Amino acid sequence: MYSDKVMDHFQNPRNVGEIENPSGVGTVGNAKCGDIMRIYLDIDDNQVIRDCKFKTFGCGAAVATSSMATELVKGKTIQEAMEVTNKAVMDALDGLPPVKVHCSLLAEEAIHAALWNYAETHNIRIEGLTKPKSDIHEGEDEEEEEY
Amino acid sequence: MKKLIYLDNAATTKTAPEVVEAMLPYFTENYGNPSSVYEFASVSKKAVTDARETIASVLGAKTNEIYFTAGGSEADNWALKATYEAYKSKGNHIITTKIEHHAILHTCEYLEKQRGARVTYLDVDENGVVKLEELEKAITPETILISVMFANNEIGTIQPIKEIGMIAKEHDILFHTDAVQAFGQVPINVEEYHIDMLSSSGHKINGPKGIGFLYIRKGVKSRSFIHGGAQERKRRAGTENVPGIVGYGCAAKRAVETMEKRTAKEIEMRDYLIKRITTEVPYTRLNGDPVKRLPNNINISFQFIEGESLLIMLDMDGICASSGSACTSGSLDPSHVLLAIGLPHEIAHGSLRLTISEETTKEDADYVVERIKKIVEHLRSMSPLYEDFMKKSEK
Repeated sequence: MYSDKVMDHFQNPRNVGEIENPSGVGTVGNAKCGDIMRIYLDIDDNQVIRDCKFKTFGCGAAVATSSMATELVKGKTIQEAMEVTNKAVMDALDGLPPVKVHCSLLAEEAIHAALWNYAETHNIRIEGLTKPKSDIHEGEDEEEEEY
Repeated sequence: MKKLIYLDNAATTKTAPEVVEAMLPYFTENYGNPSSVYEFASVSKKAVTDARETIASVLGAKTNEIYFTAGGSEADNWALKATYEAYKSKGNHIITTKIEHHAILHTCEYLEKQRGARVTYLDVDENGVVKLEELEKAITPETILISVMFANNEIGTIQPIKEIGMIAKEHDILFHTDAVQAFGQVPINVEEYHIDMLSSSGHKINGPKGIGFLYIRKGVKSRSFIHGGAQERKRRAGTENVPGIVGYGCAAKRAVETMEKRTAKEIEMRDYLIKRITTEVPYTRLNGDPVKRLPNNINISFQFIEGESLLIMLDMDGICASSGSACTSGSLDPSHVLLAIGLPHEIAHGSLRLTISEETTKEDADYVVERIKKIVEHLRSMSPLYEDFMKKSEK
């Protein structure tokens, strides 16, 4: 059901772990829905993401999207990191099954949450960044009934 | 070839070679339609009759009380829908449980939404056992049917079917049981247990897929559900799946003949696996009743990790298993059974079901335990929930 890239990032996740005294950290998702992502950022004075780590509770796609998202933002400026969308994460993984698209949204949201935390604690404003939702499943459509 | 350890026998089982052998002549040699008049077809007709007799005798039923269907889901649909239609002038109330298979739950929802039924979904205790006093309390003069599964497909809990049958009989209410997981695994006698209807499926007991039956006690008025020809005493139209029926008869005979020895072996292996996993992996719990449990069922929750990740990693090691996590159910909610026994969502997401068979060896079991230990440790090292938990416990 998963692409080779998803399987690779699930089996060999990049950048797993924590950063001590991070510049920013964000946690999104909830245990009720079965996925939580936490992203740590280490950002230098030129606003370049020097390092990025993650921890994820979730399915194969949740782990793979977190891993890919950290790869995509590492070494980027925070403005460039803002352009790492869920679609970019999905494309980089050669796609996700439709039921797993929300995992890529969660990954985008986790990056934004970590950047938001960085912006708040460093008193700066990041163009285009809004306060992340605490729960990405908010407002999702109810399942259609079949009869 | 990669080593395969199949521990998902509640999903389906390997068709036994002797079952396949019994079926084969009914494809290419004795392919006649049992309804035809000529001599050639009488071989097929006799094969169907023999299989029906075998199954009836296993259940303590009469031959003309066994109706073949295309599987367990059809039998469940038939039992509920046709009984409701036949008895709704008497009352519109059905009692079932929160832990039934979806073939029961979704059929009940249909009857509620489309046919005006009122359905009570009974709670179960923390081991998944129906509370008999709540069942009695739920009964009203309108109650026409009680449907409680014999044994649960996810957590393996076996219900007090005899007691439920007694309660139904005392109140003159029909009693149906979904015995898809129990038939052939535990002794069942429809007289002793006061069962009026019973659903079963061939492929759960080393029989073929696409065949099941509904036992309907003589006198129960549930009419036809599939309309057409006069097969199955005019109650289930459609040319008989002769090879399937033959295979099912063979599988049922085999399951009952080997039951005592086979299940004793499985129980020993089951308890060995449960003991090793729950003592050697921290932060785990066994789901379902430790004793009133199907011989082959193991269901364990691992805190801080998610089931699908665990399944994929087990699959990479050649181990087939299943989980009650949302990711495997196609919705955001984890298993309704695990929620009904009171597990919080995050613990339900981290559940693993292993259903062994008579072929599961100690070597397999030991390999599986070692892999589970490694995988759980790895997934926990990636889990923010575990990180938070460890930080809290350090303080």
